Amino acid sequence: MAEETPNAEAYWKANLRLIAGCLVVWAAVSYGGAILLRPLLSGIAVGGTDLGFWFAQQGSILTFIGLIFFYAWKMNRLDKQFGLGE
Amino acid sequence: MSQFAINVLFVGASFALYIGIAIWAKAGSTKDFYVAGGGVHPITNGMAIGADWMSAASFISMAGLIAAGGYANSTFLMGWTGGYVLLAMLLAPYLRKFGKFTVPEFIGDRFYSKQARMVAVVCLIVASVTYVIGQMAGAGVAFSRFLEVDATTGLIIAAVVIFFYSVLGGMKGITYTQVAQYIVLIIAYTIPAVFISLELTGNPIPALGLFSEHSESGMPLLAKLNEVVTALGFNEYTADVDNKLNMVLFTLSLMIGTAGLPHVIIRFFTVPKVADARWSAGWALVFIGLLYLTAPAVASMARLNIATTVYPDMGGQVENVADATANPILYEERPGWIRTWEETGLIQYEDKNNDGRIQIYNDTEAFASTAEQRGWNGNELSVNNDILVLANPEIANLPGWVIGLIAAGGLAAALSTAAGLLLAISSAISHDLIKGAINPRISEKGELMAARISMTVAIIVATYLGANPPGFAAQVVALAFGIAAASLFPALMMGIFSKRVNNHGAIAGMLTGLVFTLAYIFVYKGWFFIPGTNNLADTPENWVLGISPLSIGAVGAIINFAVAFTVSKATAAPPQEIQDLVESVRYPKGAGTAVDH
Repeated sequence: MAEETPNAEAYWKANLRLIAGCLVVWAAVSYGGAILLRPLLSGIAVGGTDLGFWFAQQGSILTFIGLIFFYAWKMNRLDKQFGLGE
Repeated sequence: MSQFAINVLFVGASFALYIGIAIWAKAGSTKDFYVAGGGVHPITNGMAIGADWMSAASFISMAGLIAAGGYANSTFLMGWTGGYVLLAMLLAPYLRKFGKFTVPEFIGDRFYSKQARMVAVVCLIVASVTYVIGQMAGAGVAFSRFLEVDATTGLIIAAVVIFFYSVLGGMKGITYTQVAQYIVLIIAYTIPAVFISLELTGNPIPALGLFSEHSESGMPLLAKLNEVVTALGFNEYTADVDNKLNMVLFTLSLMIGTAGLPHVIIRFFTVPKVADARWSAGWALVFIGLLYLTAPAVASMARLNIATTVYPDMGGQVENVADATANPILYEERPGWIRTWEETGLIQYEDKNNDGRIQIYNDTEAFASTAEQRGWNGNELSVNNDILVLANPEIANLPGWVIGLIAAGGLAAALSTAAGLLLAISSAISHDLIKGAINPRISEKGELMAARISMTVAIIVATYLGANPPGFAAQVVALAFGIAAASLFPALMMGIFSKRVNNHGAIAGMLTGLVFTLAYIFVYKGWFFIPGTNNLADTPENWVLGISPLSIGAVGAIINFAVAFTVSKATAAPPQEIQDLVESVRYPKGAGTAVDH
């Protein structure tokens, strides 16, 4: 495992890209939708309040769950694709 | 059957189950003791992580915090769940691949430094001890409320039960009791919430009920809640906050801190494969989400329920607020749950205007003239936030067995988290201190014995501190999450994602992150939390850039990263075998189960 084969390098780059993409969504729903952008989204009504409140108390958590399963599924596929799985 | 007998039956049955599991899941090796043998299924592990994570604070206090703070306290919901995204992508799979038993062991090996390992041990122990005191105290409180014993006796009973399964079974015993405890706590939390949601909105799923129509008034539930609380002089429940920087940093500190807490990380060492560590994180958040999606519904419904219990006219359509608040209930006609909780002192009543009625409102200067017009002379009912979840079954008029279930659920939440923390502490002592530093030649059998003795000592210390909580025990969020965020998380992440960060960089980073974070906390909360030694009053106008001492962990983490990179750049790169180690943790191939050297 010591030396870095081109295959391993590509695998790691793909992982970093995937993580970056997932963390953009992670930050967008929590820090974006639920906190910083809440005033901008205040026009969108959700159940008696606005979209920002929904993100803060429900939407973020649901998105986080989806993100982790998406990442796990993608990575487990990458493991096989690059022959680096167990 | 009396309520007391029902409570004893439920709690007793749940304890018998935990002890039964302990006897079945006895640890035969250090591998059993530290990582449950390494063969735990990802769904099982996800459930165990759920119980490990959801503490007495999540179960008992969180809904109360949200009820009191409304939108502003959504930080806890996002912070305590968002950390799992970081765990799943940045730490858990790689640390599982590394395949050793403790968090300090990774830091020691990756940064080829005993000092780094010892800094990690100290951080782990301070964070975990602070955390465990609250669990022990919480178990004592739950006992004294539901089983009519005093808090210290309750605490000792809880300690004996934990002793049974954690000393006998180590991680193996803890894993399977945590699964049982998760099931107990989630049922206990959900049943009363379902009935309350049905009653208020007609929707049996609390998370949906939160955004549905309030049946009595025909308004959306949250709009009704806003109307009621503003009529009583409070801010709107859904009101936005002004200090967004602090809200962002607080949420980030909770997220990074969650990802850096050792008692959570070590649970990922128990699964067979790297892929399972990834699935575990997803399942963990599903199981945690079941409670965390219900909690905000419990919070707003309980807040509305209490207000409309006191002012029944506020429940329906309100034409005129002054009229609707003119006829609060008579103290003599208060419902049973207020009477029950008055006995515990967690609800207190004082008839300040001598009208025999209960007035509950926000007694502030801004509202004083309105209160005077209505003939109110001060808020008369003080309700401790912690009772919301525990009193839920009584508020919803549910039968006695639901109350027994809540008692067992609260105890399950406290015990499962306490056991996870105690294991993190005792394995740091037996594996990192004793085997890692004091006596590296210790035999497998000797280490297993050392692990059991460390666990016993840790339980005794935690029990003592739970009964006599020191000042810092109330600072779990500042101390445990601050340290995990500013010190442990960055070191772990850099150890995986950078080959260039070396021993000097990591140690300098961890120490500056730690010292900076603690100093900022101490300036506002007192040096070592000794009352009166704070340099500045802990109020928003004194905070630097409006950053609260509870939010500073995220800034400490950034400083840790910056210092570690700068120092590493100025000193020699890590040796080749360490760079190879970093390579190897990045690829799942060849993981095998966790092994000892």
